[in-house]
Amino acid sequence: MTEASDTLAEARQDRASATGHGTARRTGPMLVPYLQAAPMALVFLIFFVLPLAATVAVSFWQYTQYSIVPAITLENYNDIFQDCLRDLPDLCTTFRTYLSTLKFCLIVWAMTLTIGFTIAYFLAFHVRTLKFQVICFLLCTVPFWTSIVIRMISWIPLLGRNGLVNETLISMGIIHTPLEGLLYSDFAVILSLTHLYTLFMVVPIFNSLMRIDRTLIEAARDAGANGFQILTVVIIPLARPGILIGSIFVITVVMGDFLTMGIMGGQQIASVGKIIQTQMQFLQFPLAAANAVILLAAVLVGVWALLKLVDIRKEL
Amino acid sequence: MTDRRPRSFYVLFGIFLLFMMFLYGPMISILLLSFQSADGGLVFPVRGLSTYWFEKLWAGDGQVAIGPALRRSFVLALVVMVLTVTISVLAGLAFRHRFRGATLLLYVAISSLIVPSIVVSLGIALEFRLIDDAIKDLGAAWNIGWIQSNFVSALGPFTSGLGAHLTWTLPFGLLIMFAVFNRFDPAFEEAARDLGATPLQTFRHVTLPMIAPFLIGIAVFGFTLSWDELARSSQVMGSDNTLPMQLAAKTTTVTDPEIYALGSATTAGSVLFIILMFTLVSLIQRRRRRLL
Repeated sequence: MTEASDTLAEARQDRASATGHGTARRTGPMLVPYLQAAPMALVFLIFFVLPLAATVAVSFWQYTQYSIVPAITLENYNDIFQDCLRDLPDLCTTFRTYLSTLKFCLIVWAMTLTIGFTIAYFLAFHVRTLKFQVICFLLCTVPFWTSIVIRMISWIPLLGRNGLVNETLISMGIIHTPLEGLLYSDFAVILSLTHLYTLFMVVPIFNSLMRIDRTLIEAARDAGANGFQILTVVIIPLARPGILIGSIFVITVVMGDFLTMGIMGGQQIASVGKIIQTQMQFLQFPLAAANAVILLAAVLVGVWALLKLVDIRKEL
Repeated sequence: MTDRRPRSFYVLFGIFLLFMMFLYGPMISILLLSFQSADGGLVFPVRGLSTYWFEKLWAGDGQVAIGPALRRSFVLALVVMVLTVTISVLAGLAFRHRFRGATLLLYVAISSLIVPSIVVSLGIALEFRLIDDAIKDLGAAWNIGWIQSNFVSALGPFTSGLGAHLTWTLPFGLLIMFAVFNRFDPAFEEAARDLGATPLQTFRHVTLPMIAPFLIGIAVFGFTLSWDELARSSQVMGSDNTLPMQLAAKTTTVTDPEIYALGSATTAGSVLFIILMFTLVSLIQRRRRRLL
């Protein structure tokens, strides 16, 4: 992408100097891109880079009940991993929370990937006219434009104790007392996260699938591949960039999630994001910062592992 | 390819329909339940048909008081929208040239998308608290009365909140601008320049009209992403609340369909906004076709 724009810029400069405007513009094009990029760079510096730096710094500070004190101490990290080694093989709270978050992450990732790929595959290969493709694609994206809180509470009429699912099951005689674990449970969290984020898989995978040269599939069929072989040997490898982008999105969102696990888990499920949020409420900033640094490190390791799995440069 | 659909089509079509039910079913159910009459509850069956809960919501005397949060969210979303479009277009123009730090800026923008929102939110909150402390120290050191008596915090919807939303909307804006300028034919700008247009005139009369429909796309992203933003807002709004935050806080305490009415109303708001924007796009394009 950048290479293409680089060559464009080069070509334009060549032409500019060829027409003799070169000397007049020489100072212009040198400075102008910097001025144009400055507002965005400034926003990211003030509201993204510096805050991350502040988080890392504060994670090494001390805190008392009333204030935070600049220092260099490992106390906060020590607090978080306190007893973790001593209690082995039992897991300490920190490890249990991370494992629980990771569990949700993997389940939701598997769900969104399976559903997302299937839907994207259907849209890309089975919907024949562009018009219907656009309509179906838009149908998939409309819920993305509504509030995630609304999308969460909209499960209440269906999953609640007297909700549609329980009422239906009772009237069919399958169960006699309402199931309690439908709402405010692990199940509700997984369902809701899948509901919220499958779109993040559909869009990039659909994009990758649409770029696949259809003659490759014809060639595979002519060479005697069956449908399953075409899928696993031709289509899935070519859809890798999309699968990768979708996976990164879903995994990072679920790892840092505290809203869905809070609301759909009935505030009973521990997650890393929720720990950070609670510590912020109790003004334990250095501790929250240390937890944020650990979460960030965990997410970056995950992303790095995914990128290792697929070499993007080779895929593009 | 034969005209008969393979069997896999019907299987996948069935899955697609199920997925649509999964996506829309819950939303349709709260839409239905929000039109109940006064004795309606949180679950089916639908009791009566009226706009009772919408009226109650509008009057603001129910369990959900949303007036100030709604206004704040709306103004914030408008500001975020304007800034996102402006900053993204400028950055998009910059990326058409070569400049030092271009790759770094792109990587920072992408990381801003994938760093967990709670970490970004916490970081901005910490940064602003440090700024608060510095301002208060300054006030004490130089004996500035206004700071000592009136200053509480720099945290607020239009300082730290605005910044937090921009870290979420700008990466989308930048990526859209990349897509736009990758397909952009610079010949038109060349022609304008050859006819003696200044760079500003070229941008105003050639580039801007050509990219206008996509700018509306960025505006839609900017507005709706900010309007619905919750995770990054959580720590940075100071003592104020945005609409999604208010809504999230109410989920545990509200016991009547008023919250469904609020859900239906905000969803209808976003859908109307998007329809309005896309109508604008098609109007622009129709006018352009007529001119050609």
